[in-house]
Amino acid sequence: MDATQTSLSEKNRRSAIAAGMLVLGMLGLGYASVPLYEIFCRVTGYGGTTQRVGEVQAATIKTTSTAMSVRFDSNVNSALPWTFRPEQAVDKVSVGARDMAIYIAKNESSEPVVGTATFNVTPVQAGKYFNKVQCFCFTEQSLKPGQTMRMPVLYYVDPAILDDPETKDIKEITLSYTFYRSKDGKAVDPAISGS
Amino acid sequence: MTTIAADGHLDDHAHDADHKPAFFQRWFMSTNHKDIGTLYLIFAIVAGIIGGAISGLMRLELAEPGIQYLQAWASMHQGSAASMDQAYHLWNVLITAHGLIMVFFMVMPAMIGGFGNWFVPLMIGAPDMAFPRMNNISFWLLVPAFLLLLGSTFVPGGTGLGAGTGWTVYAPLSTSGSIGPAMDMAILSLHLAGASSILGAINFITTIFNMRAPGMTLHKMPLFVWSVLVTAFLLLLALPVLAAAITMLLTDRNFGTTFFDAAGGGDPVLYQHLFWFFGHPEVYIMILPGFGMVSQIVSTFARKPVFGYLGMAYAMVAIGVVGFVVWAHHMFTTGMSVNVKMYFTAATMVIAVPTGIKIFSWIATMWGGSMTFKTPMVWALGFIFMFTVGGVTGVVLANGGVDDNLHDTYYVVAHFHYVLSLGAVFSIFAGFYYWFPKMSGRHYSELLGQLHFWIFFIGVNILFFPQHFLGQQGMPRRYADYPEQFAYWNQISSLGYAVMLVGVVIFFVNIGWSLVAGRKAEGNYWGEGATTLEWTLSSPPPFHQFETLPQIK
Repeated sequence: MDATQTSLSEKNRRSAIAAGMLVLGMLGLGYASVPLYEIFCRVTGYGGTTQRVGEVQAATIKTTSTAMSVRFDSNVNSALPWTFRPEQAVDKVSVGARDMAIYIAKNESSEPVVGTATFNVTPVQAGKYFNKVQCFCFTEQSLKPGQTMRMPVLYYVDPAILDDPETKDIKEITLSYTFYRSKDGKAVDPAISGS
Repeated sequence: MTTIAADGHLDDHAHDADHKPAFFQRWFMSTNHKDIGTLYLIFAIVAGIIGGAISGLMRLELAEPGIQYLQAWASMHQGSAASMDQAYHLWNVLITAHGLIMVFFMVMPAMIGGFGNWFVPLMIGAPDMAFPRMNNISFWLLVPAFLLLLGSTFVPGGTGLGAGTGWTVYAPLSTSGSIGPAMDMAILSLHLAGASSILGAINFITTIFNMRAPGMTLHKMPLFVWSVLVTAFLLLLALPVLAAAITMLLTDRNFGTTFFDAAGGGDPVLYQHLFWFFGHPEVYIMILPGFGMVSQIVSTFARKPVFGYLGMAYAMVAIGVVGFVVWAHHMFTTGMSVNVKMYFTAATMVIAVPTGIKIFSWIATMWGGSMTFKTPMVWALGFIFMFTVGGVTGVVLANGGVDDNLHDTYYVVAHFHYVLSLGAVFSIFAGFYYWFPKMSGRHYSELLGQLHFWIFFIGVNILFFPQHFLGQQGMPRRYADYPEQFAYWNQISSLGYAVMLVGVVIFFVNIGWSLVAGRKAEGNYWGEGATTLEWTLSSPPPFHQFETLPQIK
C-alpha cells in the first residue's frame, strides 16, 4: 500500500509539473506574440504596414506606365502641441517611379518637444507594395519652440501591386502619419515602431 | 491522504468513511472533493443571481426606447446627480459585469468546479482529487476574485464608477480610456479567477490520468470525464495567453509600457488577437462539460449506452483542437484581407462537423431507446434543441462577408445566448436535476422541476429569439437606448425575461422544498440506465469513498 501510494504521488507530481510547464510555455508564447506580431506585420504588410527598402533594391525597380494617386494624411495626437500637414494633399505617380512627398511640422508651444510618428497605408492590402526608401518615420523629431521642419518621404509603389489579384484594382493609396508626444522624451525603439 | 495515513493518531479515520470534520474545518479548510464541489455550486448560484439580476436591470431599461431608469440608477449608485455620460458609463459597467460574472463566476464554477469536482473522482473510481489542498486553493482564489470584480463597481473607472469595457476589455478603452482603480481591480480579478482555473485544470488532468480505478482505460471513461479532461487542456492552453494579455494591459496602464499604444509603437489590434486566442477556446470551455453531462443524461433516460462513444469522445477533442485556430472570426471587421477571412470562415465552419457528430449521436442514442421524460431529460432535450439553434446562427455568423453586416448587432447577442445562456445553462440545470438527489440525498419535486423547465424554456425563447430580428434590422449591441423602430421586439424580449424569472423562482422553491421535505434518495434512483460508478454509492455518497478501488471489467 505504502509503495503504491508513493508511486502515485510521484506520478501525480510529474503530471502536475508537466501541466505547469505547459502553462508557463503558453504564458511565454503570449509574450512572444508581441515581437512575432511585429515581424508578421512587417513581412506581410498586415494592417497596411509599409515596407523599408535600401537604395540598391530601389534602383532595380522599373517604372511602369500605370498611374496611381497617393494621398497624404496627417494627424496629431492631442497631447502634442504641434501642427503637422502634408505640403501637397495628393500626388499623381507612375507605379514603380520614385516620388518625394514633404510633410511640414511646427512646434506651436514655447518649449522644445519631442515627437514620434506612426504610419500606415490604406487600403491595408497595399502595405506590402508601398516601399519607403527614406523617411522620418523611424526616428523621433525634436522641435524647438516655434521651429518648423520639412520632413521628406521618398517612396515608390512596387509594380508587383498590379499583378496581385487582391490589389490590382487599387487606384489610390493613402499614406497616413500620426505624430505623438514621445514617451518621456525618449526615443521609441526603432525595431518596434513599424506597425 | 498520505500524511493522514502516516499519522498514527488519525488511523481511525479510515475506518469510518462518513466521519465529517467540524463545520469551520469542513467548509473553510475543505480538502474533500465533494464539499469543494458543493462550495463551487453555491458560489455559482450566488454569482448567477447577481449576474441575472444585472441582466434584469438591462432588460428593464431596454423595454422601451429612451432612457427611463438608467440616470436615476447612476445617481443612486454614485450618491450624487449623475450626468448622461455617467449614466451611459453605468450601462457599460452593467454589460461588463454581466458578461464577466456569467462567464467566470457562474458557468465555469458550476460546470468545472461544481460538477467536475463532485463527479470526476466518483466516475473514475478515485477516493478524491490528486491534490486536495490545491483544490481548496482553487476555490478560495475565486472568492477574492469575485469580490474584487464587485468592489470595482464602487471605485472610479473613468467617466463614472466601475469598469465599463465589456467582458473583452479591449484596449485602448481599457488603458487610456478608463482612468482610475476600477479597471485595475477588474483585471486583477481576472488574474485571480484565471489562476484558480489553471490550478483546477492541473488537478483534473493529474487526477484523470493517474487515479482511474483498475481496468478503467481512457476509452472506458464516462463521457463527462472526457469532457472535463478536454476542458482542462483548453484551460491550460488558453488562460495563460489571457493572463499575458491582461498583464500587458496592467503595465500599459500603470508602468508606461506601450504594448497596445500606437504612440509607443504598439498596436491595439494585437490585444484583440491575444484576447480571442483565449476567448474562443473559452466558449468551448463553457460548453464542453455540458456536452459531457448531456451525454450521461441522454444515455440514462434512453436506457442505452451512448451511440458512437469513441466518436463522441474524439469529437470533443476535435472541437478543442480546431477551437484554437479560428479566433479571428471575432475580428472580421478589423481590416483583414479576403484570404485571411476566407481561412477563418472555412476553419470556423469545420467545427460544425464534430458538433454535428455529437448532435446526431445524441439523437441516435435516443433512437429505439426506452425513454422516460424525467426533469433532467427534458432539460437535456431542451439543451440539444437550443444548442442546435445557436449552432445554426453560428454557421451564419462564421461567414466573413455576412459578419461584416451582423458584427456587434443583436444577432450576435442572440447567437451566443442561444449557445451559452440557453445551451450551457440548460445543461447545468440538466446536470443539477440529474445529480441533485445524489449530492443532497433528497429528491426534488418532479412537478416543480417540469414546471421550471417549461416556463424557463418558453421565457428564454421569448427573450432571445426576437433579438435575431433586432440584429438583422441593424440594432447594435451594448447601447442603453435605441430608435423607435426597435421598440416592438425589445418589449417582447423584456417580457420574456419576466417569464424566465418566474421559472428561476420555481427552481429556488424546488431546492428549498427538497432540502426540507424531499423524499430520501436511494443509491441509484434512475435505475438500470444509470451505469456510471457514482450510482454504486449511497446518496449522498460517504464522506470518503472507494477506500477499496472498484474493478472495471
